[in-house]
Amino acid sequence: MTVPTTRPNTPPPDNAIRERMNIVIVGHVDHGKSTLLGRLYADTGTLPIGKIEKIQAICKQQGKEFEYAFLFDAFLEEQQQGITIDTARTFFSWGGRQYIIIDAPGHKEFLKNMVSGAARAEAALLVIDALEGVRDQSKRHGLLLSMLGVKQVTVVVNKMDLVNYREDTFQAIEKEYREFLTQLNVIPQYVIPASAKQGINITQPSPETPWYTGPSVLDSLAHFHLESKRAEQTLRLPIQDVYKFDARRILVGRITAGKLKIGDRLVFSPSNKSANIQTIEAFNLDPPPTQAEAGQSVGITLDEQIFVERGQIATHEEARPLVSTRIRANLFWLGAKPLEIRRPYVLRLATREVPCEVATIHRIVDATNLDDRHTQTTVKRNEVADITLRTKSPIAFDLYAHFETTGRFVLVDEYDVAGGGIITELVQDDQEDFRTEARERDSAWVKGDVGAEDRAQRYGHRAAVVLLTGPDTTAKGFLARKLETVLVGEGRHAYLLAPENLQRGLDADLVDTKPDEIIRRFGEVVRLLTDTGSLVISTTNALQLPTKQIVQTLQTLVNPIPVITIHMAKELIGPQPDTDLIFAGPENFDDCTHQIIALLKSRGLLAEPASSRSDSQYSI
Amino acid sequence: MKHIRQLEDQSVYILREAYKNFDNLAMLWSMGKDSTVLLWLARKAFFGHVPFPLLHVDTSYKIPEMIEYRDRLAREWRLNLIVGQNKKALAEGMNHTKGRVECCTALKTQGLKQLLEEKGYTGVILGVRSDEDSTRAKERYFSPRDKNNEWDFRDQPPELWDQYKLSFPPGTHIRIHPLLDWTEINIWEYIKLENIPFLDHLYLDQGTGKRYRSLGCAPCTTPIDSTAKNVDEVIIELRNTKVAERAGRAQDEGRGMEQLRKDGYM
Repeated sequence: MTVPTTRPNTPPPDNAIRERMNIVIVGHVDHGKSTLLGRLYADTGTLPIGKIEKIQAICKQQGKEFEYAFLFDAFLEEQQQGITIDTARTFFSWGGRQYIIIDAPGHKEFLKNMVSGAARAEAALLVIDALEGVRDQSKRHGLLLSMLGVKQVTVVVNKMDLVNYREDTFQAIEKEYREFLTQLNVIPQYVIPASAKQGINITQPSPETPWYTGPSVLDSLAHFHLESKRAEQTLRLPIQDVYKFDARRILVGRITAGKLKIGDRLVFSPSNKSANIQTIEAFNLDPPPTQAEAGQSVGITLDEQIFVERGQIATHEEARPLVSTRIRANLFWLGAKPLEIRRPYVLRLATREVPCEVATIHRIVDATNLDDRHTQTTVKRNEVADITLRTKSPIAFDLYAHFETTGRFVLVDEYDVAGGGIITELVQDDQEDFRTEARERDSAWVKGDVGAEDRAQRYGHRAAVVLLTGPDTTAKGFLARKLETVLVGEGRHAYLLAPENLQRGLDADLVDTKPDEIIRRFGEVVRLLTDTGSLVISTTNALQLPTKQIVQTLQTLVNPIPVITIHMAKELIGPQPDTDLIFAGPENFDDCTHQIIALLKSRGLLAEPASSRSDSQYSI
Repeated sequence: MKHIRQLEDQSVYILREAYKNFDNLAMLWSMGKDSTVLLWLARKAFFGHVPFPLLHVDTSYKIPEMIEYRDRLAREWRLNLIVGQNKKALAEGMNHTKGRVECCTALKTQGLKQLLEEKGYTGVILGVRSDEDSTRAKERYFSPRDKNNEWDFRDQPPELWDQYKLSFPPGTHIRIHPLLDWTEINIWEYIKLENIPFLDHLYLDQGTGKRYRSLGCAPCTTPIDSTAKNVDEVIIELRNTKVAERAGRAQDEGRGMEQLRKDGYM
């Protein structure tokens, strides 16, 4: 065991910090990641005074030999077991850069901690033990790095002292691991032979490896470059929240790609609403900014009061994100319970949250053998799988190959983030044609000077669709008429539109009954009525299509106006329908009407005293 | 200063996530440089407003200037300030001579716990930084605490990209740490950049050759030798020092901090 010293070797660090970078150290358990980190600090003289002495004292007290790894394994349990349990962030300034070096655990049991560390990193040092060679976690970590978006990797072949610094041993490991990384489209910047314990090739080239001409680990850090391309992409601004603390209605969010400036026309997906940027708001900045770019947390105001809520993605008109309810993705699973088909999860993509389920598990990707494919109905903890997801309502997204932040997501199982994925493909759902129609129609829409917000203020309610569903003979028509009467009696602009009313007029040319065309025309008429600011009440039976399809199509065509669904049945048998309200064998229709009105109020559709937190898009 | 603006953008994003997702949210403010920067970042995030209460757990042993500064900023910035205190422990005569870890546990950890229980906060924002001590280096930005306020560091939730832990079982709460990636130097760089009012009488040398580097209770915090008379000189001093920031904080000795933090210390 070498006695720890603070050797002066490389030039002292340049004091002024110009930039910062996050680096993660990964690799198989016991291959020496924490030792490498400790050594890097000790040999550059960047440890606080007394740190080594403090750890030495603890080691002595416990009758253990000093190890550099102990410098950052903070928990008593970590030091006792000699393993890293959780990711540690350490700070290291060198050559004008402030590095946060994240030491990730290599034990399979702590993979979720490794992933948490690596997800924050812009570059990685992947450590492989020269004696043990490439192991399971060496490969799994390589695969996860590529999925987490860490594209810059330098491989450190550690413990070269245990193989007498033999060049052929090093070359064999380098060849094997380069071949593996090539399959993941990762090209390592350097592969460095080193011994962290002995301080070989850590901060300067060492005579022990005369056959190696590349940089030391320390010098290799300067060759990682900072991500700067994101600002050059087209704009992506996922909306995080809408604030009304004072007279300003400020939309906030972090720009994940591209740039924006005052005057830009923004379109919000999937609502397809658009408006111009009026101001860019900031606190304690004089003069206020006129533009912003990727990475910045911004606040903007618009020249028109349009519907905007958290989860929508703002872009320029000519480069919108994709929209669907189905996506294909590569997913890594960290949940204690396996991922199951048809179990409910919540998908979070940028700031959007939506219920979802797994439609198909195409294959499990085996990290140790990338060619191996087999079919399963569950994805177990620490496995990677190729899957198709189905979301409850349409989401805006990008392919990961095009946009990093809007091309990835996490799945939440009950209270926990349990998996992460990158989107590889848009899978078309049956709404694709209607969605295209709605988008093109909205883009070309000729607007008057009165906006939806003006109408809402004037009328005391917002536009919405109330759809009564359920089998025939449940008095849906009766309730619909009653609801219209009560609402109009309160002074609301409500209108009952029975689908039958289109048959002899607008639909008179439909000789052969085409359900798709009937629902399309019905949806467009409802869309027109909602654009007048009305509450449209309707029933479903005359449309002769499955209820789910009717609701989805209406939602697509009137988007982003909400469709409130109310199911009526004589009695409830079997699985309950997924509607906003359910009435089983109602007797008191006054009560039903009041319940519907209460629901509309709770959704902020009918005027109520403004709540203290006025971020609801419907609050009036 | 680009690296400071990057840190600011990240912290603002975290604060806005916290505000959006936690109905009953509060921020701890100890009047020290870190939690004051945190407070400033909240004003950044919410355009001059601070839309949640600020909690101060008063041990009664704080340096008097700190209390004056607290009340002045609370007035000027229209803050909703809530002061908590473990009155029972103080009535029973708790002080540092009964043991530093014991005193911190009673007056700070228990004081905070009482305040959280009384008000039922589900999200608490704190200004802890990774470089302060090695247990804080292992924190998440959004870190769950169980019913007893305890931190289960063996089983922390995964934190992927900018997706944080936003849901939790009843009875538990989440601690939110927007400053984890900031270093001590970054804090001072930001104070200078934004011209944030701080306790200059304590943090700068007033001609005695000493200044406080970290502020806590008067009996357990000692000033360091320093001739730094302005923020620039503090930054230069910190760039060249190798003494740990909390070297003047008595409760950190031995394994004090790991035990304190596991039990719910900030």
